[in-house]
Amino acid sequence: MNLLTWLIVLPALSFFLLLLLPKSMSGNAKYIALGLSLAIFVMSLGLLGPVLANPGAPSFEINEPWIEQPAIRYHIALDGLSLWLVILSTFLTPLCVLISWNHIKDRVKEYYAFLLLLEVGVIGVFASMDLFLFYVFWELTLVPMYFLIGIWGHDRRIYATLKFFLYTMAGSVLMLAAILYLYSLTGTFDYPVIQQLLASGRVALTPHVEALLFFAFFIAFAIKVPLWPLHTWLPDAHVEAPTAGSVMLASVMLKMGTYGIARFCLPLFGGAARQYAGPIAACAIIGIIVGALVAMVQPNMKKLVAYSSVSHLGFVVLGIFSFNQQGLDGAVYQMLNHGVSTGALFMLVGMLYERQHSLEIKSYGGVATVAPHLTTLFLITTLASIGLPLLNNFIGEFLILQGAAIANFNWAVGAAVGVILSACYMLWMFQRAFLGKTPHDVAHHVTEINLREFVAVAPLVILMVWMGTATQTFLPSISGANKIVLEQTRPANVEVAHHNAR
Amino acid sequence: MPPAPPAVPLTAYLIVSAILFSLGAIGFVIRKNVITMFMCIELMLNAINLSFVAFSYKHGTVDGHLFTFFVMVVAAAEAAVGLAIILTVYKNRNTLMADDIDSLKL
Amino acid sequence: MQQLWLIPLFPLIGFLINGLFGRKLPKSAISLVAVGTVVASFLWVLKTLSAIMPLETPHIETYATWIQSGFVNIPFEFAVDRLTAVMLLVVTGIGSLIHVYATGYMAEEDGYYRFFAYLNLFMFFMLTLVLGNNYLLLFVGWEGVGLCSYLLIGFYYLKNSASTAGNKAFIVNRVGDFGFSLAMFLIVIQFKTLTFQDVMKQAAQVPVEHAVGMMTVICLLLLVGAAGKSAQVPLHVWLPDAMEGPTPVSALIHAATMVTAGVYMTCRSATIFLKAPIAMEAVAIVGLITAVLAATIGMTQWDIKKVFAYSTISQLGYMFLAAGVGAFGPAMWHVVTHAFFKALLFLGAGAVIYSMHHEQDMRHMGGLRKYIPITFGTLACAWIAIAGVPLTSGWFSKEAILGAVYHHSPIMYWIAVLTAMVTAFYVSRSMFLTFFGEFRGAAVPAAGHHGHGDEDDHGHDDHGHAVEKHDDRAHAVAHNAAHDTEPHEAPFVMWGPLAVLAALSIVGGFFDLPHFLEPALPPAEHVAHEAWLEIVGSAAGILGIVIAHIMYVAKPEMPDALTAKLGGLYRLVYDKYRVDEAYDLTIVDPLIGGSRSFLWKGLDAGLIDGMVNGAGSTARLVGGFARWIQTGNMRTYGAWVLVGAVAVLAYLGIGGGVR
Repeated sequence: MNLLTWLIVLPALSFFLLLLLPKSMSGNAKYIALGLSLAIFVMSLGLLGPVLANPGAPSFEINEPWIEQPAIRYHIALDGLSLWLVILSTFLTPLCVLISWNHIKDRVKEYYAFLLLLEVGVIGVFASMDLFLFYVFWELTLVPMYFLIGIWGHDRRIYATLKFFLYTMAGSVLMLAAILYLYSLTGTFDYPVIQQLLASGRVALTPHVEALLFFAFFIAFAIKVPLWPLHTWLPDAHVEAPTAGSVMLASVMLKMGTYGIARFCLPLFGGAARQYAGPIAACAIIGIIVGALVAMVQPNMKKLVAYSSVSHLGFVVLGIFSFNQQGLDGAVYQMLNHGVSTGALFMLVGMLYERQHSLEIKSYGGVATVAPHLTTLFLITTLASIGLPLLNNFIGEFLILQGAAIANFNWAVGAAVGVILSACYMLWMFQRAFLGKTPHDVAHHVTEINLREFVAVAPLVILMVWMGTATQTFLPSISGANKIVLEQTRPANVEVAHHNAR
Repeated sequence: MPPAPPAVPLTAYLIVSAILFSLGAIGFVIRKNVITMFMCIELMLNAINLSFVAFSYKHGTVDGHLFTFFVMVVAAAEAAVGLAIILTVYKNRNTLMADDIDSLKL
Repeated sequence: MQQLWLIPLFPLIGFLINGLFGRKLPKSAISLVAVGTVVASFLWVLKTLSAIMPLETPHIETYATWIQSGFVNIPFEFAVDRLTAVMLLVVTGIGSLIHVYATGYMAEEDGYYRFFAYLNLFMFFMLTLVLGNNYLLLFVGWEGVGLCSYLLIGFYYLKNSASTAGNKAFIVNRVGDFGFSLAMFLIVIQFKTLTFQDVMKQAAQVPVEHAVGMMTVICLLLLVGAAGKSAQVPLHVWLPDAMEGPTPVSALIHAATMVTAGVYMTCRSATIFLKAPIAMEAVAIVGLITAVLAATIGMTQWDIKKVFAYSTISQLGYMFLAAGVGAFGPAMWHVVTHAFFKALLFLGAGAVIYSMHHEQDMRHMGGLRKYIPITFGTLACAWIAIAGVPLTSGWFSKEAILGAVYHHSPIMYWIAVLTAMVTAFYVSRSMFLTFFGEFRGAAVPAAGHHGHGDEDDHGHDDHGHAVEKHDDRAHAVAHNAAHDTEPHEAPFVMWGPLAVLAALSIVGGFFDLPHFLEPALPPAEHVAHEAWLEIVGSAAGILGIVIAHIMYVAKPEMPDALTAKLGGLYRLVYDKYRVDEAYDLTIVDPLIGGSRSFLWKGLDAGLIDGMVNGAGSTARLVGGFARWIQTGNMRTYGAWVLVGAVAVLAYLGIGGGVR
């Protein structure tokens, strides 16, 4: 058992511990969950040293047979690509516990248990090096999220959970088929082995088969991202989810999609990926612009933030499909950025909801007068979200757009429009909800942020500044891993791949 | 191995087994009381056990015996769980008539 | 090392102190922190400059790596060359004065700490903009000052019009930033670096492009960025609305420093621009159009701050015109002199507004000369400077620009001269309306107060001062109510800075800035001075003043007659050429309407979700057919199992059994 395995096992044990907690102690569930998740976070910091020392190679590797026949292995490892995503997950879980503190009143221990089960799933997804193991964890994340939305969600939660579940299942089934097909070709589920076999040409795929496999994986990931036009589950799921569900969904689970693309689609099916980069980038750019435009006209705050996620994740996909260091670095950095800033946005919106019991922008107004600290935090998060320099998102957007510009300047032009629009929708929401005169009911209900809430959001705000200025903490390890990914990505299959417009 | 005594032919066992099984199956379909249906299931299981033993004897192997024990263990477990369920159903619904227990129906 | 980083750090510390603890601090402490940090920064600039002064080559300090990805390497790096030195002095010098002034102007306002925190933050970003040694650091400052501008325009956040104006400023600036950032990407692609010296060194090797090529595209995109920040047509619409902010903000950000960032950036990129004559022509034309349009609008406005806002736009157009014809030195010269006199005009206007208890409409002023002589005296200095009366600061820089323009294109020259006359006219008009004639304040019925501007979206009239009908800004004070109608002089902290600026406006032009800047800018061809050009330019300015005097002092009935005669044309100009309305009609409304009805309700909720839900209901339909088998009756299921088993057995039996 190494540290990485412990990070999968401990949340799982915590899950069972919480489930088995006697009813009389369910009032203590949140303290236990907070303590355990904090401990897990602290432990996860131990991952930093070895991975930062050698970000391009796998660290904490364990490669043991799990099932003899079919040959499924318990193969986990961590490199610069997955390291920060794991830490993001362990970092956000205690914050999610904090943010649910008073909000969750029934079935308390189950709620926190599911949060920890979710942590198991996402860490497993980011750590798995065996395709089957990856698939198991990938599906495992669905279960807690299904319950988190379905039990503790808002009014239309059943519709939202079903939609969420079926949408993602439809994609994952395709991925499973592709994984099984790869197994039939190679006789193994072990990702590095398959990668080697495909790269060395010992197992050769025809371009047609490669394209099919690529899309089977890609569609599963694209639904999770979500890439336009496969995004319509996201706004519903977000609106209905409880705050912590939204935070985990936006900050971590969406990243599973983009991580999957970068980790598997590129090194395994580089030829097809490059061949279809044009249409995919087009979808990403449409997503950036359409997501932003639709966000602009949303009357509901959470829907607005959800559509903004569609827009932001479009950037990530665009960065990945630029196939250069800048684009890929920016994409991975932006995954983390989005996790931090959108996570904070959902938390803050959740705080407003707890006070006023409404997500409609028009039921607010003049919050700045009654809750100045809340407003300040919201403003900083807003500014981070629209990519103001010295805050985190700027770095990601800059690198992605730079990478896209190098790949094809028109892409950068299209995507940069999204940067204009992001200012429109975020600032308009800020103006309508926080500025102006305070209506009577808002003055009555909306109170200043309390210490617990502050403790939940403040780390994220600090991170926004940190990630915007001291990028060297994060970027070298990300770059190191991405370099390997790019080396492994084969040249395009067909003669007319993507032509350079500049 | 001692020489085999004059044997009851295999067919005889199989016929008994078939009769028992049919009784069980028909009973399961036509009886309405859950307990009776449950007993019919046990009857079918035992019919199968009989054939297993018979075949085992015929082929001179122990595989059939092995399966019989498996089936018996499963049947015992099933009886425990099944009776518990039946009891709970009775407590909740105050009936043991299978036709009244149809909440699976949409 | 000269510790250049200290220069922006001081205001940042001020921002942090006031921003985090300002709520609990007394006003005196807040002022001390705010003013002290900016003055410290000014002193540090002086010390640094005196240490490194000849500055024939830039002084560069590298601190750390900021972004490193592949070949893109962007350090935290500050540099000072002569161009930066000038900007540093202007920003910190005028910044200090305006901070001092603001302690008086804002003395009675709520959110005093907030105001100074924002103002200090602005100084931080502006200094970063000026000091940054690569385009990305410049962009940091560029966006940062935009943010502060947003915050300060929306300072009176209870007022809807203020926050809307803030949004507008930010978003229009974003359109400019769109161009700027794309230009940066192209620069990286072309030169593999964003550091100024490296870019310029390589750009100098590039041949001049006579058709549209890489350099031209880069420059045009930079122009988009500059136009956004410096309020050039067609992105000028935000600046007039920005006057919703407190007056010191208008002076510091929207006149003296931030809006000139576009000019600074253009001069910084002069080497690239010189390789792209087509883009240069575009810069000149944009500048000229802006100068003319804004100047004409300035003639028609009644709100004193609006007049000066359009004046700022017009003067910025002048600077762009200068840059466009290759006269980067004169453009920067005008940046500096304009900073003097326009800051003074705004601060003076602020003093007038202060003394008028937050009245901004010039129709309600008049004859103020008698009530506030000091303000009048200082404002008069700005007046003659902007009008271009010979030997004032504005005259020097304007003549330098006009001379360069003449050598580029005589047509542009004559248009520019005409604009100079219009400029002199509208400034004189505002001065005559404000300070000459009879005081009209008391004469206008109270109802009239609400009739003037188009932005009277009053936020909160509910704070009890019956007399303060005019405006929110009249948050002001109870003691004003005592002698409401009588204009009164501003306190020393306010007119002190005015006096300093007045002196600078008069004598600030004697320093030959273009000559000083020569090492920092690409070599420009020297044009022979032609005396008649200067005479024409000076005459235009004086003529403008004379016409204004005739129309507003000698024959006050003339303007009305003239506007009546002009009719529709006058309305068009008065309505600012209805650009805002056109944008609403062609861009904003279709975008919002289309997003709502087509993209959201139609595409997302209708088509895509329709397909998704359609797939779901198809599955349900199919399931419905199979449903009748599922009776829920256990015995029926048993029977089915039996039937199935019999069927399988029968099939196997007929088929000959298992082998």
